[in-house]
Amino acid sequence: MEERRPLLELTGATVRFGADTAIDAVDFRLFPGEVHSLMGENGAGKSTLIKAITGALPLDEGALTLDGEHVHFSSPQDAQRAGISTVYQEIDLLPNVSVAENIALGREPRRLGVIDWRTMRSEARAVLADLGLDIDPASLLGTHSLAVQQLVAIARAISTDVKVLVLDEPTSSLDVDEVAELFRVVRDLTRRGVAVLFVSHFIDQVYELCDRVTVLRDGRLVGEYLTNELLRIELVQAMLGRTAASLDAKTRAEVDPTMPREPYLSARGVTVGNGIRDADVDMIEGEVLGVAGLLGSGRTELARAITGADRVSAGIIRIAGREQHGMHPQRAINLGVVYSSENRRTEGIIADLSVLDNITLALQAEEGVFRRIRPDRRRELAMSWVEALDIRPPDLDRPAGTLSGGNQQKLLLARLLALSPRVLVLDEPTRGIDVGAKVEVQNLVGELADNGLSVMFISAELEEVLRVGNRVTILRDGRIVDTLPSSMLTVDSLLALVARPEEIDG
Amino acid sequence: MTAIDTRPKPAETFASRYSTFLRRRASLMPTLSAVVILIALLIGARVRFANFLSPGNLSALLLDNAYLIVLAVGLTLVIITGGIDLSVGSVMAFTGILCASLLAQGLPAFLVVPIMLVGGALIGLLIGVLVQYFNVQPFIASLAGLFLARGLAFVVSLSSIRVEDPAILWLQRTRWSVGGWYITPTGIIALLVVAIAFFVMHWTRFGRTVYAIGGSEQSARLMGLDVARTKVLVYVISGVCGGLAGLLLTAYSGAGYPRNGIGTELDAIAAVVIGGTLLTGGTGYVLGSLIGVLVYGTIKKLISFMGAEQSWMQIIIGALLLVFIVVQRLIVARSQRRGR
Repeated sequence: MEERRPLLELTGATVRFGADTAIDAVDFRLFPGEVHSLMGENGAGKSTLIKAITGALPLDEGALTLDGEHVHFSSPQDAQRAGISTVYQEIDLLPNVSVAENIALGREPRRLGVIDWRTMRSEARAVLADLGLDIDPASLLGTHSLAVQQLVAIARAISTDVKVLVLDEPTSSLDVDEVAELFRVVRDLTRRGVAVLFVSHFIDQVYELCDRVTVLRDGRLVGEYLTNELLRIELVQAMLGRTAASLDAKTRAEVDPTMPREPYLSARGVTVGNGIRDADVDMIEGEVLGVAGLLGSGRTELARAITGADRVSAGIIRIAGREQHGMHPQRAINLGVVYSSENRRTEGIIADLSVLDNITLALQAEEGVFRRIRPDRRRELAMSWVEALDIRPPDLDRPAGTLSGGNQQKLLLARLLALSPRVLVLDEPTRGIDVGAKVEVQNLVGELADNGLSVMFISAELEEVLRVGNRVTILRDGRIVDTLPSSMLTVDSLLALVARPEEIDG
Repeated sequence: MTAIDTRPKPAETFASRYSTFLRRRASLMPTLSAVVILIALLIGARVRFANFLSPGNLSALLLDNAYLIVLAVGLTLVIITGGIDLSVGSVMAFTGILCASLLAQGLPAFLVVPIMLVGGALIGLLIGVLVQYFNVQPFIASLAGLFLARGLAFVVSLSSIRVEDPAILWLQRTRWSVGGWYITPTGIIALLVVAIAFFVMHWTRFGRTVYAIGGSEQSARLMGLDVARTKVLVYVISGVCGGLAGLLLTAYSGAGYPRNGIGTELDAIAAVVIGGTLLTGGTGYVLGSLIGVLVYGTIKKLISFMGAEQSWMQIIIGALLLVFIVVQRLIVARSQRRGR
């Protein structure tokens, strides 16, 4: 295997942004027919490396060879023409045109200069069938779920003569079955000699799918390993550069069950359309309530319902002992109930505003226009949160959009915590952030609960829910299946509950 | 999530066909509601005025609004990209007065007409370049175009100039009739513009790129579509349509007048929106804009039949616009919910 010539080889790659060096003399190779994972913490230079390969960023130093020939890409289209296709985490497709067009546009079949719709649709149907997708190619993309849109993006990438397929976090919006489907497709492609660069934060998935791993840290190459010769602990160590022992999240202390406490927020029979039906939730101070469930099980709907983000069609929500009618986010905030959306980028941080503004935004809104927080007080406040949550880099004037995912999440937490909330509802706070930052966020949640906050922690990762939550609420198909103390659950039993509870007695 | 799994093979029931239609053509709903409104208007007018639906009256609808149809078509393209062109009314006035002036100076019509179209195209080009390469908001860039064109119109002449050229007047005076129905060359030009635009929007890469830009400019660029060229070109096309509308209006009124078409850009925008084009871009149809102009024209005619004040026209159009924008918002909100 080592003797083969790499399909794509990057040597001594260096990319600088002004004075910052994003990647420094990194070597990277990709063999035909292999799945290669690029691992590293946020800010390690993964995305910069990907962009250098796909032509989105120019190399300041170093050389790229494809099939033994030196190449230079000045745009993503250049790279595409050379056979390097990319599927990004954020879906880059057009919701307002048909699925077929999303696959074919830019190289659509034409007859006499006119678009040949019939051929376009049948070609699209064939590519989709290759992926095991049976959807109407003439339907508008926007009418499909995010997962299907993701697969359409992959269909687009493989519908050309693809040599190298770059998948940047392709699984973050897919559920278990869809991930399996995607892996089947990827393996199929590798059999045809396609080299796949697979970037994912899910270490399990990396081990399941990848032949080889390249690890980056702080813009430098740590090493290239064969997956089956590398222990997980070694991989994590390589990524973090510290011993894995310090990584272990603290296990949360059991809340004393003999001391029943009045819930600060309690919901009874909460229903929002078909998203969540007849849900009972108690949020107790000093406790983390984990929420587990598959995508579409009503996790987000539950969170949005109890925080007033969505109108409740039935049910009662009591906060601080009083029944609340006509809840809306502002009222919820006044009552100390704050919500952090799973869509960090679109419903969370404001990318163009500075770290300072992002932190103090909600607080100023709460205070009102006429009671301006003094600028020095504002900076002091923001700085204290930046330090408390260890937001890096600790630069208040940096646009929030330039921070890594993990730090953006912490920034969002800082904004909410500045409101001194009683109930904190976190919807997938660790999605799309790396292992190190994940553990930091988990520990932070634990500390907050220890300080008397009531936290709802929603995550797709069952292990995480179990580790962070004192109790775990299990959702399936829009209903709460059960709420159990996490000490009574294991990952396997939780998985069984999340998947098919009829066969198991809770 | 039932996303991947196979939809059951649709038996050809009405329900499944309806849902397939919705998935494919959800964006057609506002346009269909415009058709419904047009039909309702015509029926209502027929009930009130027995002679409203006479062939002569309906034929005049096309004749009276030919220039507006042409303007609306050009504007539709711009709006689908997510832009706006406020200059169209002024461009129409400028090219119209330019036409009358050049003809009065003895230039032959076969030279004057290309000059008008090129004049419109140049103003469109200016707006397009400002929008694409100088990152100026379309609203501001085309506002600059509006003032420029209006100013140029006054430079050409401060007062109305009569047009005597037989070729230009022929466009309006010739009537080919069948039964009581008739059509003028101006009407044919307007319908031809609609037909060409329809073809371009649905069967060429340029047209699909226009839709793609409206969906997401960034994605369109990543797909390797020529975003820059397309964006400039839609403004150029809108300018050419402005020039052509200037020709039609000059033929229609038999004169050029520098104050023509003040506020016409807003009528055109109203017609486009009523025809089902989303102001946020991405969805819309030129045929819808044709329907929108016809709705507009019918209301106008209906009010003159009733002998009511023309100010009612503005109120009714305003109310209709409001209804349409609300309907569109609902449709957009619904499709977003489904996408989640």
